[in-house]
Amino acid sequence: MSKGDVLIAYKGSITSELINDVLDAVEKKLEDVNEEGKTRKKLYNVLVESLQNLYHHIEETHEGIEEDLDPKFGVLVITRENAEYKVSTGNFINSAKIKYLKEKIDKINSLSRDELKDMYKFILNHQKLSAKGGGGLGLVDIARKTGSKLTYSFYNYNNNYYFFNLEIKI
Amino acid sequence: MESIYIESTPKTPLVRFDEEKGVVEIKGRSIPENSIEFYKPLVDWLDIYAKSPLVKTIVNVQLEYFNTSSSKCILDVFKKLEGIHKSNHEVVINWYYEEDDEDMLEAGEDYESIIRVPFKMIEIVD
Repeated sequence: MSKGDVLIAYKGSITSELINDVLDAVEKKLEDVNEEGKTRKKLYNVLVESLQNLYHHIEETHEGIEEDLDPKFGVLVITRENAEYKVSTGNFINSAKIKYLKEKIDKINSLSRDELKDMYKFILNHQKLSAKGGGGLGLVDIARKTGSKLTYSFYNYNNNYYFFNLEIKI
Repeated sequence: MESIYIESTPKTPLVRFDEEKGVVEIKGRSIPENSIEFYKPLVDWLDIYAKSPLVKTIVNVQLEYFNTSSSKCILDVFKKLEGIHKSNHEVVINWYYEEDDEDMLEAGEDYESIIRVPFKMIEIVD
């Protein structure tokens, strides 16, 4: 999936505890290698948002998926190559949601820094939080803080599901 | 009304709302999966405080990290403070950010532009 040094590679249930463990582990590793404060913060923020996006949006039923999967199955890989970190997440997504997600990411990727700031402020000020606590701001925030384009792929799994892979460079 | 004091945890900040001193403080990390659960009592408290606030309210926000779920709740907190400001009571908002943390400074500026109460941006230098 990725080249470079692997900091974390995980597949399984994305729970609140798992998020704690990953954040702790990454924080320690970044301290050990004396990573610059700015990069450390950006990576930490990206991890919080991408893991919590998984946590809030993962499909809990996997109709027609053969493998015996955890109910909140997701994949996380963090790599470092040269001076760049890459966070890669993966999860099953219902085919019906692909269009919305693809349009959202394409829109975010088409915006300038100032336009992303305006979009962030608009959503912050006008959209209510969902019952689950998600606010539709995660991807916008990631794009804003990293200043890089989001890379994604959808792999067809069966009639109902695709596997969604998102890559973020820091 | 009683003051609020909540110790920080790895995912939630320290909170100190002191109605006798008119001090509102939020410090640390705010990255819970469900932020509404954490912030609702704080917003409710400010609702009551806003009915008879002190002449001067001092707000100290010093966040190391906050997630986007918290960002909306923090805006709700600021909107209550904006209400106090609009009712002609002094509200001083101190927004602390760590040296070189431009993202956190910018986050403060975002809030300031939405609620229209001046923020004092304070850089913490080690």
